[in-house]
Order: sequence, then structure tokens, then C-alpha cells
Amino acid sequence: MMNSVILNAATRLLVSLLILFSVYMLLRGHNLPGGGFIGGLTGATGFVLYAIAHGTEATRAALRAEPQSIAMVGLGIALAAGVSAAIFGDAFFTGQWLFLGATEDDKGLPISSVLVFDIGVYLVVFGSILTLVLALEEEV
Amino acid sequence: MATTAGEVPRVYGGAAGWISVLIPAAIFAWLTQFLAPVAAGETVLIGVDWVPSMEVRLSFLIDGLSLTFALLISGIGALVTLYSTQYLGRHPEYPRFVLFLLLFMAGMLGLVLADNLIALFVFWEITTISSYLLIGFDSDSAKSRRSALQALLLTATGGLALLAGMILLGTVAGSFELSVILGMGDEIRADPLYLPILILFLAGAFTKSAQFPFHFWLPNAMAAPTPVSAYLHSATMVKAGVFLLARMNPALGGTEPWFWALVIAGGFTTVFASLLAVRQTDIKQVLAYTTLMALGALTLFIGAGTSDAIKAAMIFLVVHSLYKAALFLMIGLVDHETGTREVEELRGLARKMPVTFLAGALAAISMAGIPPLIGFIGKEFLYKAGLALDTGQLWVTGTIFAASVLMFVAAGISVARPFLGRLPDRLSATHEGPAAMWIGPLTLGALGLLFGLSSGLAETWLVAPATWAVYGAETKVDLYLFREVNAAFLLSLATFAAGLVLYLAHRRLRAVMARAIEISPIRFDPAWDRVLDGLKALAAWQTGILQSGVLQRYMVTILGTLAVGLLATFWAKDVLSPIDLDLAGELDTLQFTQFAIVGFICAGALLAACTSSRMTAVAALGVVGVGVALIFIMFSAPDVAITQLLVETLTIVLVAVAMLKLPTLGLRTEARRPWHAALAVAVGGLVTLVLIAVLQGDIDRRLTDYFEAASWPEAYGRNIVNVILVDFRALDTFGEIAVVVIAALAAFALLRGTRGRRAAEGEGE
Repeated sequence: MMNSVILNAATRLLVSLLILFSVYMLLRGHNLPGGGFIGGLTGATGFVLYAIAHGTEATRAALRAEPQSIAMVGLGIALAAGVSAAIFGDAFFTGQWLFLGATEDDKGLPISSVLVFDIGVYLVVFGSILTLVLALEEEV
Repeated sequence: MATTAGEVPRVYGGAAGWISVLIPAAIFAWLTQFLAPVAAGETVLIGVDWVPSMEVRLSFLIDGLSLTFALLISGIGALVTLYSTQYLGRHPEYPRFVLFLLLFMAGMLGLVLADNLIALFVFWEITTISSYLLIGFDSDSAKSRRSALQALLLTATGGLALLAGMILLGTVAGSFELSVILGMGDEIRADPLYLPILILFLAGAFTKSAQFPFHFWLPNAMAAPTPVSAYLHSATMVKAGVFLLARMNPALGGTEPWFWALVIAGGFTTVFASLLAVRQTDIKQVLAYTTLMALGALTLFIGAGTSDAIKAAMIFLVVHSLYKAALFLMIGLVDHETGTREVEELRGLARKMPVTFLAGALAAISMAGIPPLIGFIGKEFLYKAGLALDTGQLWVTGTIFAASVLMFVAAGISVARPFLGRLPDRLSATHEGPAAMWIGPLTLGALGLLFGLSSGLAETWLVAPATWAVYGAETKVDLYLFREVNAAFLLSLATFAAGLVLYLAHRRLRAVMARAIEISPIRFDPAWDRVLDGLKALAAWQTGILQSGVLQRYMVTILGTLAVGLLATFWAKDVLSPIDLDLAGELDTLQFTQFAIVGFICAGALLAACTSSRMTAVAALGVVGVGVALIFIMFSAPDVAITQLLVETLTIVLVAVAMLKLPTLGLRTEARRPWHAALAVAVGGLVTLVLIAVLQGDIDRRLTDYFEAASWPEAYGRNIVNVILVDFRALDTFGEIAVVVIAALAAFALLRGTRGRRAAEGEGE
């Protein structure tokens, strides 16, 4: 934890921006550079910055959930996304797609098990990195 | 607590209790619909593709063998869980027990119904693990922990052998589907890999079914709560090995090695176990050893392989599951009411616990092979099949005769001794147990009587279809209680006579056996401990050598090994001579920005090698990382570049945090630094050579082309990297993120562990 006024003030702004950006990276990932890994890393960077500025206790409070639980939930979501294919009669981990409001010309809003899987990846990376960083900062 | 007959059994344990009884009962009811088609000789196949590219299918094969097993598992399961609601219903960990038991049941049902070898293996391991958890359920006792670990290590080692055998078999047969493999027996037996496959399968089956010399874990496993012993270690799990042998009989059976391995191991286990059974004074242990005997007999007769022998094995399988589960539940009930299982302390309980006595008596009469119970038919057919053999006739009939005599004695010890005679004063306050606990043994005992009186029932629905499935062809199965006086019948009479004589002298017999065990030089349990100690010593020795705990040494070892490996490969494969490198031409094509980045990276590396400040070194490495990220951007790999940049950022944060605790770089390190730099340059140079060598050949672009073409139409994504990660190779990604979570949790535990230790040390000071 550093007692720097500039860092503290800048962090408030940067953290929200980083998290917003990380979600943006996650969602655009299927067609443009980005995805769960990158999004998770970006989001984690935001909270790492917060931990440096405000300390780990404040970071844990801001996270609300234990980071290791976030990682485990992410793993569960990814597995559920993979298994869901079996319910539709496809092989394990086959992508399932739903196009909301699709018309002849426009494919509508795509919702897929692949996106759910990527959200799981995001949470795993996010949770795992924060588990490590927070534990290191607290213990060392 | 006194419960009279006729009262509705109360189920304890709340929701967990109800769930645990209803699930197996529902499965049993669901399975009964297959009885008619299977009895007509059909096999039912159900399945979904799971990982089609690796030929892993979740498929189920319902034929006579698997249906018989599945009905026993779910039926006895329902009775055992009902029993447990009383036996363990008030235990604080009861819901956990139910979870383990249902997990086991799922594994066991999957194991017998699986049509895919890989699926079968997964279910096999689920039963191993849940058995470990159940044996060690009383985790405060060192004895049950040891027994659980012993069972786990032995059966899991066998499981690994089995996996290897399955992979070999799958390669030979060209399919992992049992329904295919079972029809290819002749090709498999003619293959040169047949013998290794057989040995690996036998290793799996013998450890699981506790055949000699792997028998010793089973009696130890009796540390588990009695319902577990009744269910896992007599009626179901230990029969998994026998099931595997029976299942594979059409594919692997009928050869000389198969015959002799099974007949010798099975026969020896049979006699050995029944002798040890009469040695015991704890009735649960008596039953444990007779279970070993039954497993041996089943192995023996599956090995013998004639249609009569298979038929006898299948009858005996049903017979044994019914009476043995009943007897285990009975002795658990006696233990529950009197607090002891010692044969010398229990007398005359029949008047105090009449229903339990009735249940136990029915089961024991079946076990002793006395008509009109189905046990008699079972024994009769064992004799008949043994006498009809061409090879090994004397050995098979002899062992089964000896075992039957000793079974008669064991039946007497476990039921006649505790229930008949004069009731000692100490036990005068005993009363009948709750209904939920005697329904199970009574039902099983009554089924033994029902199947004995109307043997057609068992024949049509269970034994005949099971025999066809194991034998691989339809054959006549005709069960009957008595038809004529023949050799088998005379042997039965001799069994009763010998059994009665030995039962009357069983105390002397026990003393003789105790003496024999005392003077025998072979000790299995201590030998097991020595093997484990040896393994631990080996592990400690190699850890001491390989794990120094110094990060620099690890890095030197890893990079040094890499360098040596690369050099050896260069030399052996003669990689360098065909390289044709036009250095001047290559340099001409480079742009200024590319030179700048290379210079940037080299400067960072040099600084890292020369600085005496850790912080500067880390920052310098960051420069190298950013330079590499720039190269990725330049060659249009933005995803990789972004990831690289983010990882660099986080690495610096992590190292900076850790750095606060590290000492400054000392002179000692400085002296080693040139060596480290030289190693780094050497490894870097060798990797560069590899890359140049790779670029000399044509790069196979098939995969890239495929992904470029398929990414949009098949996976609706334009970012190929991401589409590969989350769709085409999602299983790999899932494995990777699982590793990420495990690594994070392990590091977390390590860091927290040091805090706990420091706190403890702080208190000590």
C-alpha cells in the first residue's frame, strides 16, 4: 500500500475504466483481438492497481467474493458450458448457438455456449491472478 | 426404541435419508423394464457421443450380465441405505455418508452398464475412490485411515494396469466399444499383444476382487461401517473384478494362460480364505473371509470357462450377493443391539431378536448350501460343473468341496452360535432392532428361499441371460432343486457330514488354524508396510537430489537440460548441414523499426545481466518482454501481443511485491553471473538455430488453412485465435484453466501455510 495522493485519485478512475475495458475485451473477443484470457488479465490488473493504492483489505472488500471462489465458479461455468452441449445431443464442448431476432439479412444477437465458456475463462484468470497477488501482498 | 414387528419403519436422517433410499429404489424399478427383453436374449444399447474425436462415448450396454449386476446393486443398495438410516442416521456426518454411498452406487452402476472401455475405467476409478472415502469414514481412527489407504493404493494400482490393458485392447480391436470388442474374440486372442493385455486386465481384476496375493486389503477394509461392508465389500464393489473377468470372457477367455491364471489364483484364494475364515472370532471378519472365498470361487469357475462352469458361477454370484449382504446386515444389527460381534460372547439371542434370527437363519442356510434354499442349487451346480471338467477336474472339485465344508462351518459360527443356546445374563436386556434394519436382511433371506423353491424365477430372469452374456452364446440353463441322486448330490451329503463334524469341533479347528498362522513365515500386512516404507524412502531420497529449493539451481538444471537435449538432437539428426542461410539478403529485407526493436531487446537483456539492483533487473526484463510484444504486433498477432504485455505488467507487480523481502544481490551471486549469462546465450542461440532450421523446410499450413476457412462458417467467429481457444480446442482450454486454478490454489495454500507456521513460531517465542 502506497500513500500517494496522485495514485489514489488516479486509481479510482483507472480501476473502473480497466474493468469496463476488460468486459469490452471479453465480449469482442470472438471477432476482434480480445477474449476471456485477455479480459481476465485486464480486469485483474485493475484490482492489482487498487491493491497497490488502497491495500489488500480494501481490495477484498471491493471484490465482495473471495478471489479463489471466483476462480472456482469460473471453472464451473466453463464446465457447464461444455457439458450443456450433451443436453442438446451434441458431443461434449460443441458450441451451441442462439441468434436472437435473426432475420434474412441480419443474424441478430448471437448468444452462445462459447461465450459462456469464455466468461468462465475470464473468471478463472481474474480470480487466479488476484488469489496470487493478494496472498503475496498479504504474506510477504 | 423398542420397535415391534408390523410397525412402519421410520426413516431417520431427514432429507438425506429419504433421498438415499428413494434413488436406488427408483433405479431398481426403472431397470425392471429391461428384464423382459433381456430374458428374450436381446441386448439394449444406449449412448451419447462424448469426445468423438478420441472415440470416447458415454454408452451403456444392457445384457444379462450387466442387468443382473445392476439389479443387485440398486436392489441391495436400497435395502442397505434403508438400514443405514437407522444404523448411522444420528451420526453427525450422515449426509456425507449418503453422498459417498450414492457416489459409489453411481460409479458401480456405470461400471457394470458401460459399453465403452474408457467410460468403464472412469466408473471403475469412481468406485475405488468412493470406497476409499467410505472405508475411511471413521476418519478419527488411524486403523480405518490405514485400511482405506491400503485399499486405495492396491486397487488404484490395479486400475492403472487395467487402463494400460484397455488402451492396448482398444488398439488391437480398433474400437473401445465393448459391444464390438466382445465379438472379436478370435482376432484378439491371436494377436501378439494378447498376453500383455491379459496380464494387465488380470492385475486390475485380481486387485479389485482381492484375489491372492492381493487379498489382504479386504479383511482390513472391514474397518468401514457395517452397511458399507455389506454393500461394497461383499455384494458389489469387490465383485467388480469378477464382473470384469466375466465381461471380458468372450474376448479374452478360453486360452491356456487365462484358464490356468484364473483357476490357480481362484482356487488358491478359495481354500486359503475359507481356512482363515474359521480362524476368526469376530463374526464380521468371518464373513469378510468367506467373501474372499466366494470371490475366489467365482474367479475359478469363470476361468474354467465351460458353459456349465459359467452357469454355476452366475448362480453362485446371485446366491452369494443375497446371503452375504443379509448376513453382514444381520451382524451389524446384532452389534447395534448388543455392542459386540465376538462369537464367544454371543449366545441364545434367538428369543430376544426373533426377526433378526429368522433373517440370519435363512441367509445362513443358503450359505451352508442346505435345501430348499437357492444356496443348495448354487453348490450343486458348482459340483456338477467341477466334475464335468476335462482339465483340472480334481483341483476345481476338490477346492470347492473344501470351501463348501468350511462355508458350512462359517455359517454355523455366524448364526447358530450367537442365536442358539442359553442366553447369558449380560445379554438379557437385548431386544429386537428397529424395522428399518431387519427389513433388508429379511427380504434378502426370503428371496433366497423364494428363488430356491421356484428356481425357474431366477433362471429365466437372471441366471440364463447372464450366462449367455458371459459365455458369448445361448446355452441351455435349467435350474432345479432336486432331480436324481448323482455324484454332485452325494458330494453335497458328504459336505453336510464333514461340515457338521467340523462345526462341532470348530473351537479346536480355530486353535489349530491360529497355530498354523503363527508359525507360517508369510506376513502380508507387515510386508505391505515395508513396501510402503521403502517407497517413501525412495521418494525422500530422490526429492533430496532433485528438489534443492533454490530457484537458480532449478533454472540452471532446466535450461542446461534443454541445451544438452538440443545439442544431442542436432548431432544425431544432422540438422545443421542442410541449412542454407543468406544472412546479407535477410538483413536487407529488415526495416529500421525492426532493427530498433531488436536493439531494444538486446539492451534490456544486457542490462539485466549486468545490474546489481534487483529492481533494475526486473525492469530490464520488462523491457525485453515489451520488445517481444512489439514483434508480435509487427507480425500481426495482436492477441498474443496483448496477452504478453499484460503478463509482463503483472509479473513485474508480483516480483516487485516479493522483492521487498529479498536480500540485495551479494558478491557470491556476482561470481556466478557470467556463467548464468553464458548459459542464457547458449540456450538462446540454440533455440534460434532450431527456428532457422524449421524455416528451411516447408511449413505445413493445413491446420492454419482449415481454421481460417472454418472459423466463420462453423464457429461464427472472425478472431481465429479466440475461436480456437473457446470452440475448436475448448477441451484443451478447459484443461488449461483447470491447471491455472489448481496452481493458484496451491500457491495460496503455500503462502497461507507459511503464515500459519510463522504465527505458531511467534507464539512459541
